[in-house]
Amino acid sequence: MAEFQTHEHDVIVIGAGGAGLRAAIEASSAGVSVGLICKSLLGKAHTVMAEGGMAAAMANVDDRDSWKVHFADTMRGGQYLNNWRMAELHAQQAPDRVRELEAWGAVFDRTKDGKILQRNFGGHRYPRLAHVGDRTGLEMIRTLQDHGIHQGITVYMEHTVAGLLKDGNRVSGAIGYDREKGVLRVFRAKAVVLATGGVGRAFKITSNSWEYTGDGHSLAYEAGADLVDMEFVQFHPTGMVWPPSVRGILVTEGVRGEGGVLRNKDGKRFMFDDIPDNYKPQTADNPEEGWRYTQGDKSARRPPELLTRDHVARCINREVKAGRGSPHGGVFLDIAWIKEKISNAPEHIKKLPSMYHQFKQLADLDITTTPMEVGPTTHYIMGGVKVDGETQMSTVPGLFAAGEVAGGLHGANRLGGNSLSDLLVFGKLAGEHAAKYAKANGAGQVHQDQVDAAAKALLAPFERGANAESPYKVQYDLQDNMQALVGIVRKEDEMLKALDVIEGLKKRAGTVGVAGNREYNPGWHTAFDLGNLLTCAEAIARAAVARKESRGGHFREDFPNKDEKGFGTFNHVIRKGPDGKMQLVQVPLTPMPQHLKDAIEQEKK
Amino acid sequence: MSKATFSVWRGDKSGGKLVDYTTEVSEGMVVLDAVHQIQAESANDMAVRWNCKAGKCGSCSAEINGMPKLMCMTRLNTLDLSKPVTIEPMRAFPSIRDLVTDVSWNFRVKKTIKKFKPRKPDAPDGTWRVQNEDIERPQEMRKCIECFLCQDVCHVLRDHQKHEEFIGPRFLVYTAALEMNPIDDDDRVDDLKFKHNIGFCNITKCCTKVCPEHITITDNAIIPLKERVVDRHYDPLKKLLKVFGPK
Repeated sequence: MAEFQTHEHDVIVIGAGGAGLRAAIEASSAGVSVGLICKSLLGKAHTVMAEGGMAAAMANVDDRDSWKVHFADTMRGGQYLNNWRMAELHAQQAPDRVRELEAWGAVFDRTKDGKILQRNFGGHRYPRLAHVGDRTGLEMIRTLQDHGIHQGITVYMEHTVAGLLKDGNRVSGAIGYDREKGVLRVFRAKAVVLATGGVGRAFKITSNSWEYTGDGHSLAYEAGADLVDMEFVQFHPTGMVWPPSVRGILVTEGVRGEGGVLRNKDGKRFMFDDIPDNYKPQTADNPEEGWRYTQGDKSARRPPELLTRDHVARCINREVKAGRGSPHGGVFLDIAWIKEKISNAPEHIKKLPSMYHQFKQLADLDITTTPMEVGPTTHYIMGGVKVDGETQMSTVPGLFAAGEVAGGLHGANRLGGNSLSDLLVFGKLAGEHAAKYAKANGAGQVHQDQVDAAAKALLAPFERGANAESPYKVQYDLQDNMQALVGIVRKEDEMLKALDVIEGLKKRAGTVGVAGNREYNPGWHTAFDLGNLLTCAEAIARAAVARKESRGGHFREDFPNKDEKGFGTFNHVIRKGPDGKMQLVQVPLTPMPQHLKDAIEQEKK
Repeated sequence: MSKATFSVWRGDKSGGKLVDYTTEVSEGMVVLDAVHQIQAESANDMAVRWNCKAGKCGSCSAEINGMPKLMCMTRLNTLDLSKPVTIEPMRAFPSIRDLVTDVSWNFRVKKTIKKFKPRKPDAPDGTWRVQNEDIERPQEMRKCIECFLCQDVCHVLRDHQKHEEFIGPRFLVYTAALEMNPIDDDDRVDDLKFKHNIGFCNITKCCTKVCPEHITITDNAIIPLKERVVDRHYDPLKKLLKVFGPK
């Protein structure tokens, strides 16, 4: 039997990005003991990468905005598969969460009258994103971190959670290990909050960091929880494409919000050619009007570059496939052109300082004079752990989820800016209800057989040793497979092939070995990550095969249209069947109350 | 495609040595790409800390050819590849393994600094009114990604090992951001002098030089803080007033 150390908390939060930190702060303020488990160092989570801002209908810039408009925008972006209760709570509570962040020390950009400034973003009707230049995520995580360290939370840095422990139906803790020493650790807890983010590392081209291996999705699945909407993966339209080593790194939508335009190799603004009908009334039909919109003219409609991410990504894909792309297989994103319009263009562009430096340092390119080359990159998964809209509890009692790992809020496609506000709103709710659950239910039993089984699986790669297959090789093969066969444009036969490949990779993942010892061993971690990546990859592919229509982030070449009467009426739910195999079921959408239907109708006008 | 050699420090707190690895390099590669490639090809267990690979998280700090840098933002075409490129961990912190160091001291130090305390809100809805001009400085300080390269290069920490007495440039920047925040209401000037020993800094500006976020640490954070300390504790007129002035 493996040796391990035991820790005990009322609530453990797995993941320390925006959602995890916010959940930990809330649970702690409810008076329970909280353990916060970070995969990396505190403050390094993927939230730091968020650039554009957090969406909240504060109406500081345009007083026509309200939570109802934000709600309607979110539902339309999600193509109405969203959990409407989550979309409602999100739109209602986001302004308070942003203001609270300021009361904890965040320093937002300001309007002329000294309020928090808000910027335009794709799919949002009014300027709605509270921001700090193009480093809003850093501001958010640092504010939560600096506030959180004074709240009596126990932080476990560089710890990885390998499995959830259960007592009957309910959750009773987790098992994992610390990276520095490789010591196995058991966390006994009355409630567990998953805040582990997404699964971009299942794809080859991604804006996501190494941590994004679908840990929470997989932990929840193995613990018997339902996953929802897993077919919906967001490919952000603008990632860097050159040089090769930076392929996938995000170029914020803020560039387009500030006046940047997309052109093909012939210099044509191709986005004007393909504006979906349901967005036509609100989209500019000429460059002049689009420009005025980015400069704050309230009578102008938004340029087509600011249509939803799924649509822009597909348009770019189409240009590249038609041979109208840039030299390195992307298209041009041009912000330098605004010098034709304003005299202080370089200063204006440097309102996006991170982008300026990113291109200057990594691509040797000055964005104030030269267009960038950009192309789609795997960015976000809308699908995730199915939760109750009010409490964020999953279908497993005592197990909560918030942020990207949770599904529901974004439906088939997430609007930019709705992620950071998601982290705050639902991080808070998850923390609050996890604390409540812990107080009401006490501790469950930790069963030794579960601990031993998890420990054995975790240590198995060492038994197989360095001569077995390298975990890196299996990971690369999975990434190639998902990128090529379950990517931005999908087809039945390709995805069925992908599922075959995944079966083969699962077998290989069981044979990988690692060299060295348990102390800070990245090879070991990669071996462990494989299981999570493969579970998520299979869930994505299965749900994508089953959804025989195109909607939001999910585009089927063989079924290019939306099917409102059929697939528009239910979500796909994935769970582990009694035979240990992955099961997929259709769950009808819950009928929406009249006042929310009215809010949506109002905004269609 | 050409090849280059990287001398990577392998070891732990009991000691270690530079080990040479040769790998293919291509256009646009950064040092972190080379390390990952070596890790995948021939050293699966080589320890390296990284996250975002875009200069935003501040995890992959190291000393490249002796210069403190982020591995993810150091392009190979800025280095002389005709001889081996040395990659070593930050030397101001204890080794964990290979390129990974124990930076936990930084997290303990931050807790000793008085946290943000907002003044009374300006508007009835509990919000504040602040002008952009008034937040330029704190925003500059808040660009910090906590890579700790400034701590690594600070001679008070690196050479004199004053970790127990001096908080280092990172936390002077942190304190400056709080002190300059127009919404914050607390006072950290006495702490700077007595508890955090700002006087140890003799403004050699090494920290400013290595900051990947180009924060003007010395000029915009440390010197203004030193001035506040001097104003309160070393102003001769005020001192006289204290001694002879009205009680």
